[in-house]
Amino acid sequence: MDAKTGLFYVFSAVLLFAAFKVITARNPVHAALYLVLAFFQAAAVWILLKAEFLAIALVLVYVGAVMVLFLFVVMMLDINMDSVRKGFWRHFPIAVTLGAVIALEMSYVLMGGFREPPKGSSLPGQLGDQVSNTKELGKVLYSEYLYPLEIAAVILLVAIIAAIALTLRERKDSKHTNSSDQVRVKAVDRMRLVKMKSAVSEPAVPVVVQASAAEVKKS
Amino acid sequence: MTLTLGHFLSLGAMLFALSVIGIFLNRKNLIVLLMAIELMLLAVNMNFVAFSYYLNDMAGQIFVFFILTVAAAESAIGLAILVLLFRNKSSINVDELNTLQG
Repeated sequence: MDAKTGLFYVFSAVLLFAAFKVITARNPVHAALYLVLAFFQAAAVWILLKAEFLAIALVLVYVGAVMVLFLFVVMMLDINMDSVRKGFWRHFPIAVTLGAVIALEMSYVLMGGFREPPKGSSLPGQLGDQVSNTKELGKVLYSEYLYPLEIAAVILLVAIIAAIALTLRERKDSKHTNSSDQVRVKAVDRMRLVKMKSAVSEPAVPVVVQASAAEVKKS
Repeated sequence: MTLTLGHFLSLGAMLFALSVIGIFLNRKNLIVLLMAIELMLLAVNMNFVAFSYYLNDMAGQIFVFFILTVAAAESAIGLAILVLLFRNKSSINVDELNTLQG
């Protein structure tokens, strides 16, 4: 057993432990921090597999951006932990049965079928021997996979716009001014001149006179 | 005893099984559900990187790159929906999300 194998076992043990703590942690903040640990261990395993660029990208993108986003959201929401934890272990038997079945089946198939290197292939790990992993990845990414790369960029743009559009809200009680409306305003919008007839003051007097005439007739 | 492809694929399988268990357990906490989905994507990425190493093929790592992109977009939109949901219903319980049932 060489050093690489030992390192693999250490990293995967910590990775599985962290994943277990993520799904059973009482506090969502702890779950997010254990997820960070899991991502670090996965990055270490990827470095064992000579995928340095992806390992560093995993740490930068996931630990640096996505997990910070998770932590922000967890701390922004005011969750009642007691109601969330109620009935937590109710699904435990079926969950463990299903998970054990999945893990055993896949491990059986994989350890049976992939113990030896596939036939007709050269020795593993020949990719990064001449040039660095980043250069190799970049050469393929910007020649053969150029259009998928641009589609990925568009997907990220859509995600940005969607996330902002979903969470943006107009506050009814804030007294803000719309500056573009203020610039574009004309004198007509400020004041409206209405033409009206001037008031006439003749019909008041004859009514009084008639009333007094009727009173005179009655008496 | 040297490392074989089976070791890495088994690690991915165990990680995937753990996140399946997590999805079953955390029925009331949407945030941890999203984290379990991230763990699943990590397990799949592990398989891709292992195959890329053992078959000397760069396409596996390219695929991981795109999966990372889509996963980042997915978690951003998912968390935005989560915030919106909490603002409207003051709860992140999955069982209470039955408004669309009519």
